[in-house]
Amino acid sequence: MEENTLNTNPTDNNKKAKGIGRRDVLKSLVTLPFAGALLYGAFRKRQLEQYKHSKLLSTLSLDSTSEVPAYIPKRDNDEKLLRIGIIGTGGRGLYLMRAMGYIQPKWIDEWTESALDNKQDTRLEIYKQQQDLNVSINGICDVFSVHLEAALEASANLYRTGTNGKRSAPAKVYKNYKELIASDDIDAVVIATPDHWHAPMIIEAARAGKHIYAEKPLSLTVEETFEIEKALRENNVVFQLGHQNRQIESHHKAIEVIKKNILGKITLVETYTNRNSAWGAWVYDIHPDANPRNIDWKEFLGPAPYHPFSAERFFRWRCWWDYSTGLTGDLFTHEYDVINQILNIGIPHSAAASGGIYFWKDGREVPDVLNVSYEYPNMEMNLIYSATLANEQHRKKSFFGHDGYMELDNDLVVYADRESTRYREAITDGIIPLEKPMITHIPGRGIDAISSPTEQYFAQRGLLYTFRGGQQVDTAYLHVKEWLDAIRFGTPVSCGVKESVEEAISAHMGTVSYREGKKVFWDEDKKQIVTG
Amino acid sequence: MQNNSNYSRKQLILLTALRVAIGWHLMYEGIVKIFQPEWSSYGYLMDSKGWFSEFFQDMASNPSVLNVIDFLNMWGLTLVGFTMIAGVFTKIAKIGAIIMLLFYFVAHPPLMMADYIFPGEGSYLWVNKNLIELLAVAVLFVFPTGHIIGIDRLIRNYRNK
Repeated sequence: MEENTLNTNPTDNNKKAKGIGRRDVLKSLVTLPFAGALLYGAFRKRQLEQYKHSKLLSTLSLDSTSEVPAYIPKRDNDEKLLRIGIIGTGGRGLYLMRAMGYIQPKWIDEWTESALDNKQDTRLEIYKQQQDLNVSINGICDVFSVHLEAALEASANLYRTGTNGKRSAPAKVYKNYKELIASDDIDAVVIATPDHWHAPMIIEAARAGKHIYAEKPLSLTVEETFEIEKALRENNVVFQLGHQNRQIESHHKAIEVIKKNILGKITLVETYTNRNSAWGAWVYDIHPDANPRNIDWKEFLGPAPYHPFSAERFFRWRCWWDYSTGLTGDLFTHEYDVINQILNIGIPHSAAASGGIYFWKDGREVPDVLNVSYEYPNMEMNLIYSATLANEQHRKKSFFGHDGYMELDNDLVVYADRESTRYREAITDGIIPLEKPMITHIPGRGIDAISSPTEQYFAQRGLLYTFRGGQQVDTAYLHVKEWLDAIRFGTPVSCGVKESVEEAISAHMGTVSYREGKKVFWDEDKKQIVTG
Repeated sequence: MQNNSNYSRKQLILLTALRVAIGWHLMYEGIVKIFQPEWSSYGYLMDSKGWFSEFFQDMASNPSVLNVIDFLNMWGLTLVGFTMIAGVFTKIAKIGAIIMLLFYFVAHPPLMMADYIFPGEGSYLWVNKNLIELLAVAVLFVFPTGHIIGIDRLIRNYRNK
């Protein structure tokens, strides 16, 4: 090596000619062209990618700048105060009160503590940012005194403070729902009771001219579905059914995908429920203090057949046909309403269900495994619902079209189909990739959005829509707000009477088919479910 | 630090080639990020595992800190990469590169039980390409070439004039 060693000391090189020689300049700048080459390559690559991207957008007729507009316009707060009554203050009733700004102080304590331990926990921050809906909880009623106490506490928490915080005037406790509905200082009611009570309460409230937000499912039977519809239409009150999925960002993106016909002709939609826990199978805790003295059992039963007091039936009512329709009413309705929101499928022509009680052999009547096939011949499409309460593998809603396949959840991905007619050329040209999604929507670069670290991974692999407002918002809050806005300003609700009737009938067709062990059909003229 | 280097021709060519190649890699990583307006280090930071994961996740959760980090990544990589290619201010550039690579390494250390969402293109245990690149830059730091092949040569001559 010795003889090969160069004298690379620049000062030595320049001993003869003081100053900077040509050789120095050359050696100084010899690597610069690499930077030039890199810049050229980077810009060229970018140009090619942009070309492919714009070709993809034009093939899909998507505009890269298109954004779903904010769903609910922001209003000033100088609007009229709405006085709300809550019927049923169990878990769901309390949740809806919370969405309206009335939270149990213990939740504030818990969130505050949790946020101190875990900086990722932004529940308190998000809740405090939630716009005031300008409502007061004027009345509450429930058949279990423990539920009432919790709601009473929440109703006095106008200032959203923890246990030692400032309180406002609490709501009035009503003996029963009829008195609450009849009260002059209630403008609108929230109904969050077991399903067998929905119809009588909605009808009573509608006749009293009170606006109604009711939990899903709409009804327990076909007959009462149309009684509800009649009462709501005759009395012209604002009605919203509690399918808050209507507010989910990705569903709005899915509607856009369908409108642009990106999937081509859709012949099959599949939707699922997978749960694998006692809670998921409706085996809720029985409150240790519950007894016939603090539960008004007669009032709980109401229109249901007589049964002696049973704490099990009271807390786990979803397991019995008398109070619930199990999977169809509780969980299929969620799925169905999303599909109806996106495809506007309406009431099916027929339904064929099968299933059984295969896992939760705890004396329940409703099945824990259920498959229903719904036919929509006018749309040339089938909807399959497949559910088990004994496995938790999450399956996303799947839309199968001739040109593409869409998987929907809180996020959305669309893949082109290998045999697509529409995209054949673009697939051959490499504009549309088959192995990765051609459209991807990950909710927001805001707070929740973010909950997915895969965001960037997806962003690099598809079209990333931006999140509305960039902020995580509780969908129940948005859904309630939409209802309140409809009362105040006459704006539309997204899950009104028509959608609710469609939801109820679809669910009942599944229930009847399962219980009778037969394929059933919808008779639109008679407004009845018929067999054979 | 030695200033009057006596390298063989092969040594000089390979050391310079290594410097330019690493510079190229870092600069392109920076440019790609600048080209993507939606790019953010959020995912990478949130996916952090190991000793400092909480630190990186905290940085990601704070939007203003995240903005600064994103900015530093985009422009820091581009600038450091360019200076390494051009051989200008190479000492500072290499320190910058080492700091950045150290952050990338400790944010995603290839630990035995660490399982990352971001797909890696190879198989690593304790040592990964970030660490190797970091060590390569460290080698370049002690075997500098910018003052021989690079703009640093002009600067040095100008100063010595």
